[in-house]
Amino acid sequence: MKARVHVMLKNGVLDPQGEAVRHALGALGFDGVAGVRQGKVIELDLADGTSEATIVEMCEKLLANTVIESYRIEVL
Amino acid sequence: MRAAVIVFPGSNCDRDMAVALKAAGADVTMVWHKDASLPADVDLVAVPGGFSFGDYLRCGAIAAQSPICRAVVAHADRGGYVLGVCNGFQVLTETGLLPGALMRNANLKFICKTVALKIETSHCAFTQAYHVGDVVHYPVAHHDGNYTVDPDTLAKLHADDRIAFTYGDNPNGSVDSIAGILSENRRVLGMMPHPERAVDAGHGGTDGQALFRGLLGQFADA
Repeated sequence: MKARVHVMLKNGVLDPQGEAVRHALGALGFDGVAGVRQGKVIELDLADGTSEATIVEMCEKLLANTVIESYRIEVL
Repeated sequence: MRAAVIVFPGSNCDRDMAVALKAAGADVTMVWHKDASLPADVDLVAVPGGFSFGDYLRCGAIAAQSPICRAVVAHADRGGYVLGVCNGFQVLTETGLLPGALMRNANLKFICKTVALKIETSHCAFTQAYHVGDVVHYPVAHHDGNYTVDPDTLAKLHADDRIAFTYGDNPNGSVDSIAGILSENRRVLGMMPHPERAVDAGHGGTDGQALFRGLLGQFADA
């Protein structure tokens, strides 16, 4: 089985990289981009039957820094 | 004082740290990240700067899960002293020994220069040889030194006098210009600037010597 973990900076945490991307889009002439947030996607190739609780533990212990990041798990 | 300097793949300030500690009179052992225990009777663990594990995932995140880091956390839990500089600070926040996180610099640039720092407290072994309000100059060299922490914890850091250093001219966007913080028991210090690179007049300054002198003094009295 596979799972996909989306890691994003929490709302309210300033994202300087996303802001730089927003500026660059504006410079390319794309108007109306009000905001850009940049995150990560991590794909996990897992043993069949791995529980969602185990994936949550992976996120909490390593994949996300929950001080600044939130995560969303998508089992594929 | 017996000190251990942790070496991760990608550490690059480990030997500078050892030189600075030895110059101050410490007995220094280098400890590889795969070791599961620290040498016996270690007083201080130094987690050095560098780019452990290539900064993969997040700076310090992989290093924080290494076998030696469990021993470092146990050492801190026993009341042992820990100094984390630059990547070492990032590792300490990732282990949870220090609150908050170090994010990408606000201007997105890698900053490599000597900066002015203000001593905010002298009430800890690391800064006891300085005076509150002293301005010292240490080099910084980092891409992810933008300290952030939730407002409640920030208020607690202020209330408990746990901010050790602030930047004179905030280079990286850190909240309240924070450059270094202490643990609750004041025995774990994490800081982005490099005191170990400011101990030799030939390298541009010796303002960092007092930090190591203060540490050594702590154990001379004991």
